Amino acid sequence: MCLAIPARIVKLEDDRAIVDAMGNQFNAKTTLLPNVKLGDLVLIHAGFAISMIDEDEARKTWQLIEEIDEFNDTQNKVSG
Amino acid sequence: MLRRIRQAQLLMDAACEIAGRPINIMEVCGTHTVSIFRNGIRGTLPKSMKLLSGPGCPVCVTHQGYIDTVLELADRNDCLIATYGDMIRVPGKGGSLETRKSAGNIKIVLSSEDALQLARDNPSKTVVFVAVGFETTTPATAVVVKQAAKEGINNFCILSNHKLVVPAMQALLSDKNNKIDAFLCPGHVSVIIGYGAFKPITEQYCKPCVVAGFEPMQIIEGLAEICRQIIEGKPEAKTLYTAVVTEKGNLIAQNIISECFEPMDGYWRGLGKIPKSTLQLREKFGKFDAFKRFGVTEKPENDTTGCRCGEVLCGLIDPPKCELFGNVCEPQTPVGPCMVSSEGACAAWFKYGRRKKQNG
Repeated sequence: MCLAIPARIVKLEDDRAIVDAMGNQFNAKTTLLPNVKLGDLVLIHAGFAISMIDEDEARKTWQLIEEIDEFNDTQNKVSG
Repeated sequence: MLRRIRQAQLLMDAACEIAGRPINIMEVCGTHTVSIFRNGIRGTLPKSMKLLSGPGCPVCVTHQGYIDTVLELADRNDCLIATYGDMIRVPGKGGSLETRKSAGNIKIVLSSEDALQLARDNPSKTVVFVAVGFETTTPATAVVVKQAAKEGINNFCILSNHKLVVPAMQALLSDKNNKIDAFLCPGHVSVIIGYGAFKPITEQYCKPCVVAGFEPMQIIEGLAEICRQIIEGKPEAKTLYTAVVTEKGNLIAQNIISECFEPMDGYWRGLGKIPKSTLQLREKFGKFDAFKRFGVTEKPENDTTGCRCGEVLCGLIDPPKCELFGNVCEPQTPVGPCMVSSEGACAAWFKYGRRKKQNG
């Protein structure tokens, strides 16, 4: 639950962003990270950007998320 | 890569030899737990080095009494319960949120923003946001509470069970039966609180606290750094996850947490009542506090199932030592929260560790 997801900011208006993580786009707020700009890679948790992140770390985390998703799928559970 | 693994193993071997007894390192993050099992890291460690899965999953540490209070509110006709999906299957007294879902007043949300939107869209109902999680999740709740106050959205409130990681670690170390030599500290919680937050633990209890990323090599190097500190006899708070974790953390997030919340004594599953470990809304946001609005309190612990999740969370036993594990308690039919959550020690053990039953 405390795993944040790296995503790239593809749209930004005030503190409302649309971000892209592994091809999935969703809404996020940048209230907690006010100095971000379009194109930045950030860590998103519970709908909020909490930190900048570099390409290399983002890639490692995406890979991990894929593995964990496999793990969850095998348990066939409702996940959040 | 191989050279780095070999170096890490040398440090681990040396630390175990110097200690002259088993070394127990506790991870306090559900994602670390899953990654450790998923990548078979336990199997690569020296025999006398043991990893304990601590209270690092917010679902797992949630006290049964809190779940029962959520269920009580779920039974009211005037409430809509908004919850992260993780919480939906945790059993309380007489069922879980999943079993009440057919009534239609339980909604799974992906963010606190979605919960607030639910309140905007349903003015005739009071939306109760099941506010759980550690410091990574808390700022998201704080932002929407402030937003609700600003917009005057009065049919929104939160049932706060937000937890603080450091007081729980201190409580574990205060127990004289604890077996913990060091902590592998959570990666993304530390993004918010900063690795400096662990200094009280290194100073008061002389235990290494090392923040690591989640990738297998990052975890192995985190464990090696702990061993280096044990060898040198110099425990310190440190991050190896420098890409996102700084000493001070995200100050904006910390400020918004302390603007909205204050620490109070709170119950944790298996750990009992821990001083200043749980966040409640400050007086000025009192009208958004579901406990106050509905005059409810956390119900007393009422677990008669024989579930030993509490002892698992304290690192006192491994999951297979619980009589229910893999017997009546499985991921499909969980009895305790550590089996419900995919980040729970029991679920991870069930999936990856069953063939390696160890003595607790």
